[in-house]
Amino acid sequence: MNAVGVEGVWKFYGDYPALRNVNLQAEPGACLALIGRNGAGKTTLLRTIAGFARPGKGKIAIFGDSPRDTRARRKMGYIGHGISVYDELSAMENLVLYGKLYALPDPKKSALEWLQRTGLERVKDGLVREFSRGMRQRLAVARAFLHEPKVLLLDEPFTALDDRAIAVLQTVLREALAEGKTIVMSTHQLREALELATHVALLNRGQVAFHGPCTPEMVSDPGWVYARYGEG
Amino acid sequence: MAYVQQVATIFAKDLRAELRTKEAINASLSFALVVLLLFSFAFDPTEETTREISGGLLWIVFAFAGTLLLNRSFARELGNDCLDALISAPIPGSALFLGKAFANFVLVMAVELIALPLFGIFYNVKWTSQFWELMLVVVLGTWAMTVTGTIFSALTVNIRLREVMLPILNFPILIPALLGAMQLTSALVAGKPITEDNSAWLKMLIGFDVMYTAVSVVLVETVLVG
Repeated sequence: MNAVGVEGVWKFYGDYPALRNVNLQAEPGACLALIGRNGAGKTTLLRTIAGFARPGKGKIAIFGDSPRDTRARRKMGYIGHGISVYDELSAMENLVLYGKLYALPDPKKSALEWLQRTGLERVKDGLVREFSRGMRQRLAVARAFLHEPKVLLLDEPFTALDDRAIAVLQTVLREALAEGKTIVMSTHQLREALELATHVALLNRGQVAFHGPCTPEMVSDPGWVYARYGEG
Repeated sequence: MAYVQQVATIFAKDLRAELRTKEAINASLSFALVVLLLFSFAFDPTEETTREISGGLLWIVFAFAGTLLLNRSFARELGNDCLDALISAPIPGSALFLGKAFANFVLVMAVELIALPLFGIFYNVKWTSQFWELMLVVVLGTWAMTVTGTIFSALTVNIRLREVMLPILNFPILIPALLGAMQLTSALVAGKPITEDNSAWLKMLIGFDVMYTAVSVVLVETVLVG
């Protein structure tokens, strides 16, 4: 069974088709890099896979379940453009909140563990509004990984991160892949993404222009796939 | 039990976040007190007609002050895209809605309970003469405001002019509940208990609360995800 299955998905904004008959699959343990120019539909596709919006046509499945199914949501972790943590709460309170929403057996223990893994245990009781941008990004990573999701959906995960946050994210992503978790990430940072990716999908104006394994040519020349399958 | 815990988690989170900043509750309370004061200048509190319409004035103040709080309910989630994280969490939309509605209810009630004694002073009414019946009406009327306000707050969260759109959408829907609350409050602050003559308003308030709570619980998933 595919970890993520996208079959014939169309998504309309008014009359404009942001996604046009998109077909993609990601097997368990795969890392699929979604690439494409601005406006190609990467974020729309990720948000539709995450269940934030229903597709106009077609079907999306997370381990066979609809993304709006509670079982599927328990298996998903999402990092979008925002950090999805509350400025008015402390780092610990934020993670315990999400731990409770994901019905973790011991939310405080899980929160503390992830605060340690992201180097934030020293400021666990500090309010997020007092955090630096890098600390906020690391907390966002901790929030997304807290419930040990089997499928990670990451929208531009390396954008605007500081060096330490990039290192933390790359470490947890490598560990996730080693544990057999599935990653689908949209990105413009081709070099960082292709180092992790097992598969690549190029989106062009809402359509899949290329979908296949990540090859050595792509890793050595990240622009290769654009030059070959994109608009140039 | 898990469902109750999910509702309680959202409820506690919203209350904690609001009480840390006090942004919305301070604005709402200040607005309620200023409008009560201004209305007391506009209407002579010694006149019988003023006392007759005092229930109406009170609920107009509650409705507008409550809107300031309700507007923040889902808008608070936009700051860091927290709404995405809540929508992707494995909790039913109804638990999210009820948690937020209960938190809004507590905050609106707090503003109302502070405003009520001042209303009694400014309008020269003995609002405590039918205290428990008045509390029943305030609770029912406030829940009506809260439940419709919370669902419309979710509906308008991505609209640029949501501060304007919420009252425009909410108040027309709320007319039957406000009418009932106004009629009953005017009678109760005048020292008249709820009798068979005006109990129909109370039944309507209860019916409104039950119906709109049920409709909101059913529709919230569609409102949030489409």
